[in-house]
Amino acid sequence: MTLVHRRLSFFVPAAVLLTGVLAWGLAGMPSFGLPHSDYARYITAHAAGQRHVSNIVSSVVFDYRGWDTAGEELMMFAAVMGTALLLRDDRDDRDEERRRPTDATTSDAVRTVRAGAVALTLLVGLWTVAFGYLTPGGGFQGGVVAASAALLTWVGGSYRRLRAVTPTTMVDATEGLAAVGFLAVGLLGLVAAGSYLQNVLPLGTPGTLTSTGTIAVLNAATGLEIAAAFVLIFREFLEEHVETLPAREEP
Amino acid sequence: MSVYPYLVAGVLFVAGLYGVVTSRSYVHLGLCLTVTQSSTYVALVSVGYLRNGQAPITQGKTPGKPFVDPIVQAMTLTDVVVSVAVLALVLSLALLAHRTHGTADPDRMRQMKG
Amino acid sequence: MDALVPLVVVVPLVLAALLATVSRWLPRGVPDAVGIAGAVTVTVMSLVLLQATRGDPLVSWFGGWHPVHGLPVGIAFVVDPMAASMATLAGLLVSASLVFSWRYFEEVGHLYHSLVLVFLAGMVGFSLSADLFNIFVWLELMSVAAYALCGYQIHEASVVQGAVNFAIINSLGTFTMLMGVAMVYASTGQLNLAAIGHHLAEHGSDSAVAVGFALLTVGFLVKGGAVPFHFWLSDAYAVAAAPVGALFAGVMSDLAFHTFARVYWDGFAAGFSAEAHVAVRALLLAVAVVTMVVGAVMCWLQSDLKRQVAFLTVSHGGIFLAGIALLSPLGLAGATLYVVADGVLKAALFLSFAVVILRLGSSDELRLHGRGRSVVTPGLLFVTAALGLSAAPPLGTFLASAMIYDSPGFGWLPPVIAVSAAVTAAAVLRAAGRIYLGWGVVEDPLRSSGRPGRRHEGEPDEGADLGLAVRTWLLAPAFVLVAIGFGLAFVPGIAGEAVAEAHAAQDGPAREALVLHGTPPPAPRPTGYKASGTAWGYGLGTAAGSVLLAGAALRRRPARRPLRPVLAGARALRRVHDGAVGDYAVWLTAGAGVIGAVWALTLR
Repeated sequence: MTLVHRRLSFFVPAAVLLTGVLAWGLAGMPSFGLPHSDYARYITAHAAGQRHVSNIVSSVVFDYRGWDTAGEELMMFAAVMGTALLLRDDRDDRDEERRRPTDATTSDAVRTVRAGAVALTLLVGLWTVAFGYLTPGGGFQGGVVAASAALLTWVGGSYRRLRAVTPTTMVDATEGLAAVGFLAVGLLGLVAAGSYLQNVLPLGTPGTLTSTGTIAVLNAATGLEIAAAFVLIFREFLEEHVETLPAREEP
Repeated sequence: MSVYPYLVAGVLFVAGLYGVVTSRSYVHLGLCLTVTQSSTYVALVSVGYLRNGQAPITQGKTPGKPFVDPIVQAMTLTDVVVSVAVLALVLSLALLAHRTHGTADPDRMRQMKG
Repeated sequence: MDALVPLVVVVPLVLAALLATVSRWLPRGVPDAVGIAGAVTVTVMSLVLLQATRGDPLVSWFGGWHPVHGLPVGIAFVVDPMAASMATLAGLLVSASLVFSWRYFEEVGHLYHSLVLVFLAGMVGFSLSADLFNIFVWLELMSVAAYALCGYQIHEASVVQGAVNFAIINSLGTFTMLMGVAMVYASTGQLNLAAIGHHLAEHGSDSAVAVGFALLTVGFLVKGGAVPFHFWLSDAYAVAAAPVGALFAGVMSDLAFHTFARVYWDGFAAGFSAEAHVAVRALLLAVAVVTMVVGAVMCWLQSDLKRQVAFLTVSHGGIFLAGIALLSPLGLAGATLYVVADGVLKAALFLSFAVVILRLGSSDELRLHGRGRSVVTPGLLFVTAALGLSAAPPLGTFLASAMIYDSPGFGWLPPVIAVSAAVTAAAVLRAAGRIYLGWGVVEDPLRSSGRPGRRHEGEPDEGADLGLAVRTWLLAPAFVLVAIGFGLAFVPGIAGEAVAEAHAAQDGPAREALVLHGTPPPAPRPTGYKASGTAWGYGLGTAAGSVLLAGAALRRRPARRPLRPVLAGARALRRVHDGAVGDYAVWLTAGAGVIGAVWALTLR
């Protein structure tokens, strides 16, 4: 028996048991579609009034359960730092410049489409972030979309172009400062009202961009941080890929 | 069926585990972890659904229909970020494995024994 | 005082983010100093919280969201001395680890200190949080930082495998926990632990809660390294760089046991019937005993110093779990005190091993046979730590293990604990004897690992002459930790306090009233605690046993070949720990299935 077969002969009974257990438990949950949570009912009834917000999920993410989001922000930050720590130290950045990998797109059609696509994606991303507390969207969602504009730059252009528009220093700094910004807004709540992450900014008129107090600020900080984090991750992995490409000869 | 979505979650969970057990590449393994985690997304979001409900957005809402649970949606959002963080690290480690050992096959890397 | 609670987590996070942004321009030494300052600040703040919350737990709601008519709307941290002691332990060990790593790494990546601070923040948040999903978030933060720190020396294949096994199995554990959270939330509609407890007390539990609780437990057990979820632990701890390994062994996995106890007592105990309590206790005790024994046996069978500490951690984790599983105040108090004293000593052990490995160039006790003449001081340190770990009375860990021994019922448990503690300590003493005194044989069929000792990048060269200043610097943290580990038992009244706090922690209704309605709990009854004569007997027996066992293993005369069944059994056990993550995942599935099935049937 091969290794995998032997392993499967143990796994299958265990998996059957676990599936049975899960099914038993899941079948005992309240019926799909029925209300089950006083907590949810409270939030849906009061969030719009208490925080002048239209997107109730954003109020949960950045206000009621903002402390979870703080942990999550920093988790993204840690993941990016971890990726950089693991992959970056080994490389010598100067080699990149000399190697000049041959991955530039030569087709004019692709480059034209890329220009439009990058602009459009970036715009959609920023819009999703900006209106995140009014309509579906938010810092996380919009940040990822904006970061994918960076990927499009590489796909439709070349790695050197991507590197040129996303200098490591700037992206690193943005990411760190956005994370500090998020935490600092929380400290504002601590200093002004005695509770960390308390919403202490004016709540404004519901439905406008200047409503919801700190939710708007935290949303923006999150969007910035996530966009920077994803750009960094893409760049780290692309650096690894680019190393495998043949280099152009030295001119 | 009133428990069907939950059972889908259960099946996904075990399917991801199957993938981890039989994987021959760390990259594939990272994605199987994502499958296991996606079962939690399905479970969470299904928990929050209300029959005849609408999204918890007050602008443009239909009066009379209840809002679905926004808390599980916030939890799922956090969950997705967790997934990204874990996947980023597993993929980085997979890259390192390939770099140092020439292979990304978990079963070919047998340095730890006993 | 209320302001301190969020700051304990926010300060290291802010420092980490700032450091990561600017550290590429800072000279070597500044990030280290900032990191140490941050960790020391966390330690001091946690100690202040520990003192301030004696008899009077502090509930801190984030975002200003206090409960509305008993319905919690925001996230709370509940700080009592037991939770604060975990936070203090984390802060203390991170401080020691950062001091050590200042001189240990010749060159360190500029993100290392940030990651360590984030790791610290995650550990503190994990210990203090009283909201089920929030606990998950801090657990994941802690884990993500740990995966990266574990993989931190980039060039050796074994490092990567250990780190990736860690990442995969630990993640599977946390995803299992999240599935459990989803099921519990579905049934109870609450995420705050006290609110869950309130709901369960009113409506009773159902199959979703039972399976959800089982999955939560599996998640905590994976993190804590209980059998059969422990395989990642030995791989990861053996490859992590020394300062990181000290953190892992000293505090990371043990926190899971403490948080599990909080989740159980605040959230579930009130809703479970008496039969359910028995079911919980029985299953957890079974897991604990298997963990203790397997950990001890594997520890004995290792010749690699770091893997010995890894399996020692597994085995002692079983002891902590046993204390918690007893579901009694003495057990809980004993387990908590044990975690602190044991954690400090394990970290000291890891750090002293690191110095030995650094100076002599190998981590295999067989290869280091007799070469210890030039590294006496670390050896003294780790022998002392080992004696402390063997719970020799009247030192730090003895008091804790005595509390577990004295917990009523289950008379068969103390001997198992005593033997496990003795065997694990004996393994370390045996290593000391072999390295320093040159006793014992060089080839050992039961034990030769066949793996050459590995060094790590960024560390000084083999046998480098380190200079007195560097050597003192490297050994100072271990020295301080050993002193603390030993001295803990002499803090006046610590045992009595621990028992009183454990009583309070297990008082579900009072805790619920405090968290949901702000009602201060009744003043704790002052209890003193003196270890019984039986406990003294066990303690002395363990200490003596570990020395004798180590001596027996080091006989000059070549030992007779062990009996064939013993040899076969040992080989089989070692083969199971084969480094293949697919096998580990099978064990995880099986363990989760069994625990889930047992509790699905018995928890009502």
